[in-house]
Amino acid sequence: MTATETPAAQAAATRTPPAPRRRAPRRPREFTTFDVWILLGSLVSAISLNWLIFYRFTVGASFFGFIVGSYLTFLVIFAAVTADRVGRLVATDRVMTVVVVSAAAIVFIPLVLLVGYILVQGLKALRPNFFFNDQAGITPVMPSTSGGGYHAIVGTIEQVGLALIESLPLALAAAVFLNESRSKWRRPVRIFVDAMSGLPSIVAGLFIFAVFILPFAKSGNPLFGYNGFMASLALAITMLPTITRTVEVVLRLVPDGLREASLALGSSRARTVWSVVFPTAKTGMTTAVVLGIARAVGETAPLLFTAFGYDLMNSNPFAGSQESLPLFVYRNIRKPDISAIERGFAGALVLLLIVLVLFAIARFFGRDRSKSKKRASRVSFSGLKSTFTPSRSTASPAKEASPS
Amino acid sequence: MSGTLVDENPTDEAPRPEGHVRTKRIVTEVPSAVDRRFNFITMAAGISVLVLLLLVGLFLLIQSSDALGETGIFTFLTRTEWRTDVQPARIGVLGLLTGTVLVALVAIVIAVPFSVFCALAITDYSTAKRRKWMVGVVDLLAAVPSLLFGLWGFLYLSDKIVPISLWLSQNLGFIPLFKTESDASLTGSIFIAGIVVALMVLPIITSVVREVFSQTPPGEKEAALALGGTRWGMIRTVVFPFGKGGIIGGSMLGLGRALGETIAVALLLPQVPQKIGESIHILQNGGATVSGFIANRAGADSFTTSGLLAAGLVLFIITLGTNMIASVVVSKSRSGAGVDI
Repeated sequence: MTATETPAAQAAATRTPPAPRRRAPRRPREFTTFDVWILLGSLVSAISLNWLIFYRFTVGASFFGFIVGSYLTFLVIFAAVTADRVGRLVATDRVMTVVVVSAAAIVFIPLVLLVGYILVQGLKALRPNFFFNDQAGITPVMPSTSGGGYHAIVGTIEQVGLALIESLPLALAAAVFLNESRSKWRRPVRIFVDAMSGLPSIVAGLFIFAVFILPFAKSGNPLFGYNGFMASLALAITMLPTITRTVEVVLRLVPDGLREASLALGSSRARTVWSVVFPTAKTGMTTAVVLGIARAVGETAPLLFTAFGYDLMNSNPFAGSQESLPLFVYRNIRKPDISAIERGFAGALVLLLIVLVLFAIARFFGRDRSKSKKRASRVSFSGLKSTFTPSRSTASPAKEASPS
Repeated sequence: MSGTLVDENPTDEAPRPEGHVRTKRIVTEVPSAVDRRFNFITMAAGISVLVLLLLVGLFLLIQSSDALGETGIFTFLTRTEWRTDVQPARIGVLGLLTGTVLVALVAIVIAVPFSVFCALAITDYSTAKRRKWMVGVVDLLAAVPSLLFGLWGFLYLSDKIVPISLWLSQNLGFIPLFKTESDASLTGSIFIAGIVVALMVLPIITSVVREVFSQTPPGEKEAALALGGTRWGMIRTVVFPFGKGGIIGGSMLGLGRALGETIAVALLLPQVPQKIGESIHILQNGGATVSGFIANRAGADSFTTSGLLAAGLVLFIITLGTNMIASVVVSKSRSGAGVDI
């Protein structure tokens, strides 16, 4: 398998009859029609063989077992046939290609199943009145289409909105600190921001609970009880690292030439950031904020110890426990009655749609603009292609796209 | 911008006037008042993130002192029971930790191969256009809230996994890991929870691995191909050795996420602490994780709450440690680490 092996030695090893055939150069990437037939043939024979084994000779194996068995048999047959035809080296390559491509394809299946399942289940109970009613007067015997999640939607909007107000200034300043300053503290801060983005969200809820709610439990002050504001604080902690990291990546894509030009013209660093760096990175920063919102909207765990959940409308986030969409779903699907579970699915569908819309917005703002000539002066945020996950790529196209 | 610049170019051979003294021109930055304020504010923001994380640990410790003081830290860490119905209450976190680690390990074992293959498919097996799509789908997988994964796993996937668990226990039951007790329910098992958590950590591992793979020097890849290597040969000899650190770091990052995964696991597992001495059955109903256990007991009495905060503190320390090690490993493995201003 090493590069020193010559094609001839390879061929000699695999061809058993030493017939004086013409040596053809090995073309590892060549994939002919015949190879396609081999692929299909292996697949069909593997499926047939496994059908015999699983459904004729044995009982009890599930459909899943059949699929896995077929797949493994297919790989073996395909490997054997290809090795016989073009040699072991190429056979390994082709088998691994099949493995890699199929593994990547399998990852997509759960996503499709999940979205489809929630869509189907959610549509059963989702009616327009879901957006206008709360759970007042709902008893377990009532159908799932009665009542709604208006109170939960209002709670989500208030909590996430407050969380954004609380975390955005800090996140932006921290991102500027990480990217625009030359402090020696940047490395520890970056490691801590990384660590914070891996902080279990329930710990954020417990923290707010331990700081604000527990010590004031006896005081009876509604501001320090279970309420939407506390939930927003917990959500702000979960949003902070997401926004900081994404904004930091965006700021890094701003060409240094712009900063240097601004500084050379005599403006201060603060002015440079405010008037040059931020406007250049505007769309990318919007993406970061939208992603932060999308993450916070679906968080349930931090709300359990802060907003606590409530069946009725409470539009005041500063007093009294409050519902939100994730809590609504979580509380309903744990109830024993079917109508509550269906109502939970309606909430889940609304939540999913909100997240998908936010995701689409983020992708829209974060899309690669390097091709459009009209916006050639803008930086292309190709580094933001992976939007939801930490990225530290130093995107070279951004540097080239600096305006002249 | 900072430091010193030497006003002299060694290759510059221009004749200098007689008596010219070579001096070093010191270039320093004297920040204006606005800049000093700017530096202070951004610095404060950066440091406050650091302080915030320390405060989380500190406050959890303070508020859990009630339970920790009564139980004793060592007892709390090594006891598997969690009983508040007896006097004095016997609470400990070990039974929860066992479940947490098992779920995370099952998740990692499933997610890492898929993530590596997925990352390979994105970096080395696809055209630029398809790459964009695949990155988008992986990102979308990361965007779906944990709650919806839990809901789907709880009410849909669980029924589909049970036959697999049954098959595994019947045919591979001789391996201690896959053993189940007779007539045990196979729903709500650590295995099912692990599969769902694997789906949730897959995007993060994929993105880390993908990024490391994409930083493989193209020259070395082309050299491997030019020497007659196949694509897989190139991946095995160039991409994998280069991306090893990224795979390890990404897996640890995923492990950190899996350890802290809350809502999905709270829905999927019965949250009964694992007893010591009892053998571990990952395929049958049972198991608890720290985070799921805490989530299921929100709004309990003050002593239980104090114990939950102590459990939260343990979880916090473990995930923090895992994540820190992971991010150090990842940042060291990157070829561009030096470029990282």
